[in-house]
Amino acid sequence: MSVPKDIRRISDTVWEIPVSHKAGMLVPARIFATETLLSEFDDGVFEQITNVATLPGIVGHACCMPDGHWGYGFPIGGLAAMDPDRGVISPGGIGFDINCGMRLCLTNLTYGEVQPRLRNLVDRIAGRVPAGVGAEGTVRVSRDEFRDAVEQGSRWAVKRGFGWKEDLERTEEEGCLPGADASRVSEKAVDRGYRQIGTLGSGNHYLEIQVARAENVFDPETASAFGIVLPDQVVVMFHCGSRGFGHQVATDYLRVFVAAMQGKYGIHVPDRELACAPFRSPEGQDYFAAMKCAVNMSFVNRQVILHRIREVFSEVFGKDPKDLGMRQVYDVSHNTAKIERHVFEGKPRELLVHRKGATRAFGPGMPGLPEVYRKTGQPVILGGSMETGSYLLAGVDTGACTFFTTAHGSGRAMSRTAARKRYRGRQLQEQMEERGIYVRTASWSGLAEEAGPAYKNVDDVVEATERAGLSRRVVRLLPMGNVKG
Amino acid sequence: MTSPYRYLEEIATADVAFEAWGATKEETFLAAADATLNTMVGEIGTVAPREHREISIAADALDLLLFELLQELVYHKDAGRLLLRVRDLRIEETGSGYRLHADAFGETIDPGRHPLLADVKAVTLHRLVVERTPDGWRAVVVLDV
Repeated sequence: MSVPKDIRRISDTVWEIPVSHKAGMLVPARIFATETLLSEFDDGVFEQITNVATLPGIVGHACCMPDGHWGYGFPIGGLAAMDPDRGVISPGGIGFDINCGMRLCLTNLTYGEVQPRLRNLVDRIAGRVPAGVGAEGTVRVSRDEFRDAVEQGSRWAVKRGFGWKEDLERTEEEGCLPGADASRVSEKAVDRGYRQIGTLGSGNHYLEIQVARAENVFDPETASAFGIVLPDQVVVMFHCGSRGFGHQVATDYLRVFVAAMQGKYGIHVPDRELACAPFRSPEGQDYFAAMKCAVNMSFVNRQVILHRIREVFSEVFGKDPKDLGMRQVYDVSHNTAKIERHVFEGKPRELLVHRKGATRAFGPGMPGLPEVYRKTGQPVILGGSMETGSYLLAGVDTGACTFFTTAHGSGRAMSRTAARKRYRGRQLQEQMEERGIYVRTASWSGLAEEAGPAYKNVDDVVEATERAGLSRRVVRLLPMGNVKG
Repeated sequence: MTSPYRYLEEIATADVAFEAWGATKEETFLAAADATLNTMVGEIGTVAPREHREISIAADALDLLLFELLQELVYHKDAGRLLLRVRDLRIEETGSGYRLHADAFGETIDPGRHPLLADVKAVTLHRLVVERTPDGWRAVVVLDV
């Protein structure tokens, strides 16, 4: 590990790499981390975040969150805001899994009520929410219906009976980015996606039954506004994205941008995964409209999965999901580019904000938040490893320094190959079961790759976001049962 | 016989990186295709050649040709739920770049018989390399999983 020699300490959780670090940097790079986390960052992060700082039109700083790690193009945990008139859009600043995100659903059940039925719940959910390589969903639609779905987002799902109207207002962007245009999407993308609605995927995607222990509630008032009101209350959190559809949209436009970038637009980037085009160019606008379809597909996917979870709880407890208090807390995206209004250099401005493995975290009173969360700030759902726990955070006023963005998870610390050499899936499952966590997996080696020690310490990451003024802790959630993709 | 590819631990923490090699570029491409399949299924020998797909692609440069080939495998994994092994691969130089024809054989995903690993989302261009070595050719690829 080597932290660049010219890095400067701005505060105990903010570090800056100056523009003199690398030729072509237009703005400094800022890393939000404690000294310990910073020393654990892999080399790729420093290389990649300073590459991001060279992208045309970037304003402020190229930022990396405390859970940052080596990705492709941008680091995971990367944030870049562009001037939409002079700047670029880059698929590498969003990720292949467009609108990969997290959703959290409440119950009015306690640990004591759920624990005896945990196996049944997890097994049924695993049967109802397909996971793993090439899994097909349970919602049958034609290619044309799929195109409607990706233009309409969660509304499409709710209209079809998958969920409640109130879920929409408790979803980032109300579950639909306007301007999604399915005519900008390839047939190949539709081929890959139209049978995958309601599927979890694999890798680090999961669905988890969790408990909010009284001692892990940091701010009872905000927790209560978010719906965490009972001692040992059970909630369900899940992490997934836009599946093959989003992956293909990103791949299609990566190809387009690589071809157009140098010859047509004279843009040179240090890594082809940062391929980009001016946001206002035909290529940039086509990608933006297609990317929005993938964002919406992901909202549809999580909406259908939420519906399946409610179905299973309803069957197991013999009650209507409404009587089980299964309201959605929120749905957050951590792989997107969006036009947002921010105050920058004292003036309100429209900016194109790329977040890759980074979560929007609007502070109290900001437009775009539903009425119920106006006072508290935006709920932020941060998934930790399946062994250690996750967090529900809230956005804060001081988040303006990162255009109201915070971390998205605990951040990988060990490569998948290394984790697979060190851990065995079956053994891990047994050990977790001894500790009271029941896990079902689509792949044993996939489970080994997700072992707790493969990740940074989630408590350290969350503490760093709080000390840096990006978000604050509300509740820490502990795993009880896990369906691993 | 050991596989003509190995997975790399030191690149792109959350993704899968591999190096593949061969005496010719065709052999190297075949090895890279197997490494991609092996990222999704533990024993590639369990994939029986029941179905056939023809692959015909072109690109300006050799590394982008490999990107396109591997991307085809990822596409078929979702679109047809097919796991495919590439055979009979031919690469030709054209005036403006390269063309590749290949036959791929495989079958529908069956979790009962195929020990499934990670779902490959995409082939990335991060550190993508296809190059000549003293002994032949090598490629380095990072897959997003």
